[in-house]
Amino acid sequence: MSDDDLQSCPPDPTRRKFLLTTGTSVAASLAAAYVPVLANSAPGESEPAPPGARPTVEGAVPITLRINGKDHQLRIDPRTTLLDCIRETVALTGTKKGCDHGQCGACTVHVNGRRVNSCLTLALMHDGEEITTIEGLGTPDALHPMQAAFVAHDGYQCGYCTSGQIMSAVALLKEPCGPDDAAVKELMSGNICRCGAYPNIVAAIQQVRKNA
Amino acid sequence: MHTFEFSRPKDAAAAIAGTAEAKTAQQGADMRFIAGGTTLIDLMKLNVETPSRLVDINRLPLDQIETTPDGGLKIGATARNSDLAHHPAVLRSYPVLSQAILSGASAQLRNMATTAGNLLQRTRCVYFRDPAMPCNKREPGTGCPAITGSNRTLAILGTSEHCIATNPSDMCVALAALEATIHVQGSKGSRAIPIGDFHLLPGSTPNRETVLEPGDLITHVTLLPPVAGNKQVYLKLRDRASYEFALASAAVVVTIAGGKVTRARIALGGVGTKPWRSPEAEAVLIGKTAGAANFRNAAEMAMRNAKPQSENKFKIELAKRCLAHALQMAATS
Repeated sequence: MSDDDLQSCPPDPTRRKFLLTTGTSVAASLAAAYVPVLANSAPGESEPAPPGARPTVEGAVPITLRINGKDHQLRIDPRTTLLDCIRETVALTGTKKGCDHGQCGACTVHVNGRRVNSCLTLALMHDGEEITTIEGLGTPDALHPMQAAFVAHDGYQCGYCTSGQIMSAVALLKEPCGPDDAAVKELMSGNICRCGAYPNIVAAIQQVRKNA
Repeated sequence: MHTFEFSRPKDAAAAIAGTAEAKTAQQGADMRFIAGGTTLIDLMKLNVETPSRLVDINRLPLDQIETTPDGGLKIGATARNSDLAHHPAVLRSYPVLSQAILSGASAQLRNMATTAGNLLQRTRCVYFRDPAMPCNKREPGTGCPAITGSNRTLAILGTSEHCIATNPSDMCVALAALEATIHVQGSKGSRAIPIGDFHLLPGSTPNRETVLEPGDLITHVTLLPPVAGNKQVYLKLRDRASYEFALASAAVVVTIAGGKVTRARIALGGVGTKPWRSPEAEAVLIGKTAGAANFRNAAEMAMRNAKPQSENKFKIELAKRCLAHALQMAATS
């Protein structure tokens, strides 16, 4: 989703766009409330930032991240994980934060075509590399075959782990993997589904492998 | 997470020069090399690791895996675990290494984690990972609450009154059975360290886990040429079938001729404070019939000095059965 999409919200907004735009306005109103307080306590220290300007972060460094085929020139705190950068800086919120310690797989993205836990790597380490998130896989009108298979097989309940599951499943198609369900389960063990949709997830993956 | 300075050196010499003035290369290091990041970033988020400088070695040419002129294997420090596990030479000549790596972590983590990073993998002891708790490994002299606390998954071999943390690696167990050599480049030159000498027992200084000094950069690991006709097995027992650390594991590399064991290399995981080679168990087997009774004898010998904690006495019998079964699998493969 691009910034343009956000600014031109359709009359019938999706739940995701509603939440994103609501979040933005909450942040904006908080900032508006706090600016006078800060100005009073430290008079003349700095001009209030113009509306829409990105806040500057002390020690921020410039990087270019190539996400879903598009270059993003960013300034980030060096501590920013790839996950936080994708979600908070680039505002691609399809990638989810679960455990934030490499134990759940919700944050799975592809770097140079290989699946990784984006929570356990720094954005800074991926300058110039090819990053793919769930948004780069398909669109609502043209689903990736794996996305379509997850829909067809009901491979989710709450959906929170789903983008990570699908990113893992798509990467698995290119990895050494035996033909049976057990091999798929083993290679998908890094993606936890607390709703327990595992049988349907395996069925979806096997269907895509069969049709490939 | 604490702030740090991030740099990407142009070559190994620059990486070494940039970290040689660090106070220590052990727990509490103020400078760290970063490769896969799967251990380091995790521990930095927990404030267990607080380096003020990170040196990114991912773009140094250290990721090659190649056969050596003598028929052995040279494994680059930043070769990813998944690339190593699926490398044709490893599958052909060192299957125990492939099996060990593929039994650990998840596919995503194996795509990130590196050879050198796995050698330096930190314990999963819950007290080590929680800065609110005392821990002699994290903060020397503060005590070891694991000894009287939650220790079900912790070590029964090589422990001390100061630390009972388990080394969590699978890869290192296979490397111990394969008698790997770790090659390090430092500010005073290069050296080759047998894997048995690389990790340290906790003793009274559990904060020191390896022989690495400031500026030391692991460049590669070498394996000897495979022994003709040997059988290799890695068997891992754990609380769930996948994506879990070992309660007990065994790497065995044995040669059997005429029904008798002529050569044996045995290492255990999940039970030791370091990857646990067992020369005692190996000695029991040499010249003996490759059968269940002798395999059990070897397992008894491997566990002879095991010292259980309050919650993990079960590991002694588990590790014995694990080793005996691994030997049986190798003998019948």
